[in-house]
Amino acid sequence: MRALLLRDLRLALRAGGGFGLGLAFFLIVVMLVPFSVGPEAQLLQAIAPGVLWLGALLACLLSLDRLLALDLEDGSLELLLTAPLPLEGALAVKALAHWLTTGLPLVLAAPFLGVMLQLAAPGHLWLLISLALGTPALSVIGTFGAALTVGIKRGGLLLSLLVLPLYIPTLIFGAEVARRGAAGLDASTPLLMLAGLTLAVVALMPFAAAAVLRMGLR
Amino acid sequence: MSLWQYANPVKFLALSARVQPALWALAAVFTGVGLLWGFFGTPDDARQGSTVKIIYLHVPAALMAINAWFMMLVASLIWLIRRHHVSALAAKAAAPVGLVMTLIALVTGAIWGQPMWGTWWAWDPRLTSFLILFLFYLGYIALWQAVEDPDTAADLTSVLCLVGSVFAVLSRYAVQFWNQGLHQGTSIPVATGNRSVADVFFYPLVMAMLGFGLLFLALVVYRTGTEIRLRRTSALRARMNRGA
Repeated sequence: MRALLLRDLRLALRAGGGFGLGLAFFLIVVMLVPFSVGPEAQLLQAIAPGVLWLGALLACLLSLDRLLALDLEDGSLELLLTAPLPLEGALAVKALAHWLTTGLPLVLAAPFLGVMLQLAAPGHLWLLISLALGTPALSVIGTFGAALTVGIKRGGLLLSLLVLPLYIPTLIFGAEVARRGAAGLDASTPLLMLAGLTLAVVALMPFAAAAVLRMGLR
Repeated sequence: MSLWQYANPVKFLALSARVQPALWALAAVFTGVGLLWGFFGTPDDARQGSTVKIIYLHVPAALMAINAWFMMLVASLIWLIRRHHVSALAAKAAAPVGLVMTLIALVTGAIWGQPMWGTWWAWDPRLTSFLILFLFYLGYIALWQAVEDPDTAADLTSVLCLVGSVFAVLSRYAVQFWNQGLHQGTSIPVATGNRSVADVFFYPLVMAMLGFGLLFLALVVYRTGTEIRLRRTSALRARMNRGA
């Protein structure tokens, strides 16, 4: 499992792996927001938590179709299927690698982009916490989506259509934590919901992902 | 004699040919009487005026939109557990019907909401949940169309239906948490029996609900038959191509 994790990380970090693409996308989305709604600080401050969450979510989505498709192309996915390592474990590791290379940079970059969007001062910590708790769920759900569409040619758009509705609960609770935090309200209720949701999907989704991957590549 | 014998496509087609005329007739009678009675035979509501009459379309459609997904869930489970092809095809056949029911509920709701709430759309939990349900239907249908091998498509869509059901329920409660509602509560709570709809409106409404249920059943049986025949034609064509 560690070998697989290291391999995925190395592949993502080296040239052509697309590391940093998600981060750049996140930056661009955040930069486009003032262009589309206007540069008034008050308006930006009001929408900042939601925009940052949405940007992180879309950046996460962007890299999903590479998650398994590249492995299918070079044949390593078949090796994983026949390997002694349970496929559930392999997919959980791949989701972890996806989070480490996509989700974690987004989490760390979000407070800086929050400054650019005039996010209220108490909001930074809550934004960091909510993204740190929520993005693993995005990666795991995304792994399920990637496993569902891996055998389909030009499945990228379909992947978005299937995965985005599944992201709704995570987005609702995550953005609510950030919004309440920024407004100085008590954010513990949505935070607990978000944590519960993330734990549940991390525990369960690798099984669903492995099931559909076996079906899809039979 | 057991229910499972109708998992055989031949038996299913024979049965559906026998029950379909009656099913269509009943659906037409109940839907027609319910709607006509509702539109012409009931008085205007004291506060809502004649706009209340859209309830005879809105409520049955919304009811069937949810029940269609539930039926797809059951059919998907049967496919995954017992591998009956008819079951997978029935789930496939039900999806577009459910999609249209969801659309009817959303559109009639908007038409009613404009004069009553003063807005076509509000980000109310019920409205938002239905929009999410609409997206789930779209994704499910798109996945069926994207996968070429029919058995793989049935497998993948079944799992999507299961996972989607969990997330649809999750979304419903998450959405309730996120925003308080404008939509009125349920008019006919089955559990408590304290319905808020007067008898004059209630009986045609029940007729329309039964009618929509029967209509859904008839459509699904008909469409499942079509899917079975479609599957046979493609199998025949494949055999011919191999022979040639």
